[in-house]
Amino acid sequence: MTEQPLFQLDQLHIAFDGTAVVEDLSLEVHHGETLALVGESGSGKSVSALGAMGLLPANAAIRGSRRLAGQQLEGLTQRDWQRIRGSRVGFIFQEPMTSLNPLHNIGKQIGEVLRLHQGLTGQSARKRARELLERVQLPRAAELLDTWPHQLSGGQRQRVMIAMAIANHPRLLIADEPTTALDVTVQQEILSLLAELRDEQGMGMLFITHDLNLVRHHADRVCVMHQGRMQESGEVRDVFTQPRSDYTRALLDAEPSGRPAPVASSRLLLQATGLSVDFQRPKKLFQRRPPPFAALQPLDLQVSPGETLGIVGESGSGKSTLAQALLRLVPSQGEIDFDGVRLDQLGQRDMRRQRRRFQVVFQDPFGSLSPRMPVADIISEGLRFHHPELSPATVSQRVAATLQEVGLPEGCAARYPHEFSGGQRQRIAVARAIIMEPELIVLDEPTSALDRSVQAQLVTLLRELQRKRGISYLFISHDLAVVRAMAHRLLVLKDGVVVEHGYCRDVLESPASDYTSALVNAAGLTASSE
Amino acid sequence: MLDVMRSRLSPISRRRLAVFHHNRRARVSLWVFLALFVISLGAELVANDKPLLMQYQGDWYVPLVVDYPDTEFGGFLPTPADYRDPHTRNTIEAEGWMLWPPVPYSYNTLDMGLEHPAPSPPSAEHWLGTDDQGRDVLARVIYGFRLSVVFALILTIGSLVLGVLIGGVQGYFGGKVDLIGQRLTEIWSGLPVLFLLIILASMVEPNLWWLLGIMLLFSWLGLVDVVRAEFLRARNLEYVRAARAMGLPSHLIMWRHVLPNAMVATLTFIPFLFTGGITTLTALDFLGFGLPPGSPSLGELVAQGKNNLQAPWLGIVAFMTLSIMLSLLVFIGEGLRDAFDPRHIQHAGGQAGTRTPDDD
Repeated sequence: MTEQPLFQLDQLHIAFDGTAVVEDLSLEVHHGETLALVGESGSGKSVSALGAMGLLPANAAIRGSRRLAGQQLEGLTQRDWQRIRGSRVGFIFQEPMTSLNPLHNIGKQIGEVLRLHQGLTGQSARKRARELLERVQLPRAAELLDTWPHQLSGGQRQRVMIAMAIANHPRLLIADEPTTALDVTVQQEILSLLAELRDEQGMGMLFITHDLNLVRHHADRVCVMHQGRMQESGEVRDVFTQPRSDYTRALLDAEPSGRPAPVASSRLLLQATGLSVDFQRPKKLFQRRPPPFAALQPLDLQVSPGETLGIVGESGSGKSTLAQALLRLVPSQGEIDFDGVRLDQLGQRDMRRQRRRFQVVFQDPFGSLSPRMPVADIISEGLRFHHPELSPATVSQRVAATLQEVGLPEGCAARYPHEFSGGQRQRIAVARAIIMEPELIVLDEPTSALDRSVQAQLVTLLRELQRKRGISYLFISHDLAVVRAMAHRLLVLKDGVVVEHGYCRDVLESPASDYTSALVNAAGLTASSE
Repeated sequence: MLDVMRSRLSPISRRRLAVFHHNRRARVSLWVFLALFVISLGAELVANDKPLLMQYQGDWYVPLVVDYPDTEFGGFLPTPADYRDPHTRNTIEAEGWMLWPPVPYSYNTLDMGLEHPAPSPPSAEHWLGTDDQGRDVLARVIYGFRLSVVFALILTIGSLVLGVLIGGVQGYFGGKVDLIGQRLTEIWSGLPVLFLLIILASMVEPNLWWLLGIMLLFSWLGLVDVVRAEFLRARNLEYVRAARAMGLPSHLIMWRHVLPNAMVATLTFIPFLFTGGITTLTALDFLGFGLPPGSPSLGELVAQGKNNLQAPWLGIVAFMTLSIMLSLLVFIGEGLRDAFDPRHIQHAGGQAGTRTPDDD
C-alpha cells in the first residue's frame, strides 16, 4: 500500500470569466519531497497554486478535487481557510522587496504570524521569532528583530519570508519563484536552506519556477506546464534525460548555445582608460560631506570592431553604471576613446552628434519603449533627428527593412508597443538601435526579462546581426549561459572592482578567482555545446 | 468626410475618439455645449437691438454691419439710428420692412416701454424677464455665456502653456533648477490674488484683458506640481534614457517622450481649470471687482438676483445658466480624462488590447 500523498490536485480547472487558464491539472506532493512546477510566463503555474489555496479573486471559477493531508479543500469557509493558510501551508513569494510590509519591523511581522496561529505574544513570541531567524541562518538574529525591511538585502528579506512561512510548522510549503529576483550565488544558498528545512520538518514542497537549471538540482519530481495544460510529469532525472513531450524537449533545448563568430580585426574601437564613477553622498547638516561612494573603481577596457565584451556581475556590482559611464549618461572620470574621438572631452552638442555611433538596448522591454508612440516612430526617431535630410518615404523604407532584419512581422510599424510580447518588444528595441547603423551597441541585460526559449532566439538574432554588420557589443548580464553564447571576452565585476578579465572560454572553464568560480558553479552550466 | 479625417489620425487617437464616443453622457454634453457655444458666438445674430436686414424706399440696408445715421430715415440728428425708437420704426415700416433677430434686444438695450416697473417678470416680449435696469435677461445670458466661456478658454490655454513649461523644466532637469524653481513658485503662490485685483480695480478700469492677465499670473500654479511630478518620474524611465542615448536634445525629449506621457495627469486638471476660470470671473463680477459696469456678465446677474429677491427669475436664471454650463463642462472633462487613460484604451479597442499571439 502506498503512502497517502500530502497534497493532491485532481483534474483542476481554473477559468477567469469563462476563459480557461488551467485545464485538467493533476499532481500530488508527498511528505519530504519537492515537486517542481515548471513553465514559461503565462503557463498558469502560479495561478494553479494560488487557485488550489483559494487565493484567487472572485471572478475565478475553480473545478476539480483538492486535498491537503486527507482534508477536502472544496467548500471551506473563510474561517477554515484562514486556519489552513499560514499554519498548515506556508507561502513564499517571488518579490522579496514587496512581500514584507515596509511599515512594520521584522520582529513584529513574524510575531503577527505567531500570534494568529499559535497565540504567542510578548516575550515568548519574540523568543520564538529569534529562533526562527537563527533557523534560517540570518546573522545577529536578536538585532534583526528591530530592523526594518528596507535595511535588509533581497536575500535577507527572502530568508525572513521563509522564517515566516515555517513559523507554524506547515506541512506544505509553496514557494512561488522564490529566488527569481535574487543573485545566483544567493539563489543557491536560499534553495539549499529550503531543502534542509524540508528534510528537517518533513514538509512537502511545491516549487514553482521557470528555471530548468534549478529544477535539475533542487527538485525530486517535476511537472511541466504549457499554456494551462500539464505536458509531462515524472522524476526529474527521467524527464531531463528522456523528455516525452515535444514542449519539454523544446524547453530543454532552449538553453542558449553556440558561440559568436570570431573577431577579424585587431584594431581598437572603444578604449577606456582609468574609467571610474563616484556618487556623491548627501551632506548631513553641520557635518562634513562623507567621502563619495565609489560605484566603479578605475578600470581599463578595450573593444575591437565585431567583438563582444561580456560584463558579468551580480546586482550592485557596477555593471550598469559602467555601461552608462561609457555612454556618458552618468558623470565619470578617466579617458574614453571611441574610434579616435575622446568622448570624455566632448561638449554637449558634439557628444549628441557622436551618439549616433553607439546605441543601447535596455533590460526592461516594457519600460524602454515610449507607450504613446507607434513602432515606426520609435524606431525612426533617432534617424530622423540625425539625418533630417532623409525624405519620409526613405525613412519608412529603412524602418520596414530594419523590422524585417530583426524578424518582426510586416505591418507592425503602425502598432503600439503594448500590442507586442516581451520578446517582440526587445526586437523593437534592437531595431531602434541598428537603424542608426552604429558601430557599438551596449546591451544592458537584454535577455533577463525574457523566457528561456525567447532568450535563445534573441541571442541568435544578435549574433547574426553582428556577423552581418560587424557591430561590437558590450553585453551586460548576470546570466552566464547567455554570456557564454554571446561574448568573446569577459570582464567580471564585483562591488565596482574588476575581479577577472580574459577570454570567455578561459574565464568560464578555469576561473582564476574564487568569486568567478562561485558564479560558474551557481549557474550550473551544462557542458559547452560547441 | 468624417471618415477621411478619422483615417488620417493615428490609431491611438482613433481609439481615444472611440472611448470618448462610447461615453454617452460626455458625448451628449459635448454636443450640447458646442451647440450653445456656437449659438453664443453668433450672439449678435441671435440677440440684437438692430435689424439683421431691411429694405427702405427700395434700398437694402444691413444695420448689423453698418451704422446708418438717423437722418437716413427721416430723423434730424446725424447720430446712429435707433431702430427701436417707435418713430423711426414707423417711418421705415411705412416704406419697407425689417428683419429682426429672434431676441430683439442687445445685452445693453434699455427697454423704455415696459408694462411693469423693472425688473419685470417673464413675458412674451421678454422671455426671461428684465433685470432691474430694464435690460433683457435672455440677451444678457447669451452674451454672458460667450464672455465666460471665451475668458475661461483663454485662461485655460494660457495656464496650460505656462504650467506645463515651468513644471516641465523643473521636473525634467531636477536638482538645483527644481529646488530654486520650487521655492520661487511657493513665494509666488503666497501673493494674495484677490487683493491684487481689488488694488488693480482702484488704479485702472479693469477690463477683460486686465482680469485675464492678472488671473493668468496665478492660475498656472496648480498645474506646476502635477506636471513637475510627472516629469520627475518620467525622466528616469528607460525610454527617456534610451532617447538620451540616441542623442536627442532635451527639448525634443521633453516634447516627444515625456510630455505625451505626462499629459494624462495634466488633462484631468483641465476641466477644473476651465470651470475654475468661469467661477472666478463670476465671483469677481458678483463682488463688483470684475468687468466694467454694463458688461454682460453672469456674476452681475447673480448679484442682481441677490438684490432683487422679489424678482426670483433673476436668481433662478443665473443659477440655471451657471449650473448647466459647469455640469456640461465637468461631464466633458470626465469623458476626456477617460479617453486619455491608457488602461481604458486597452479595454475599449476590444481586439486592440489583447496581446498578439507570441510569434517570437
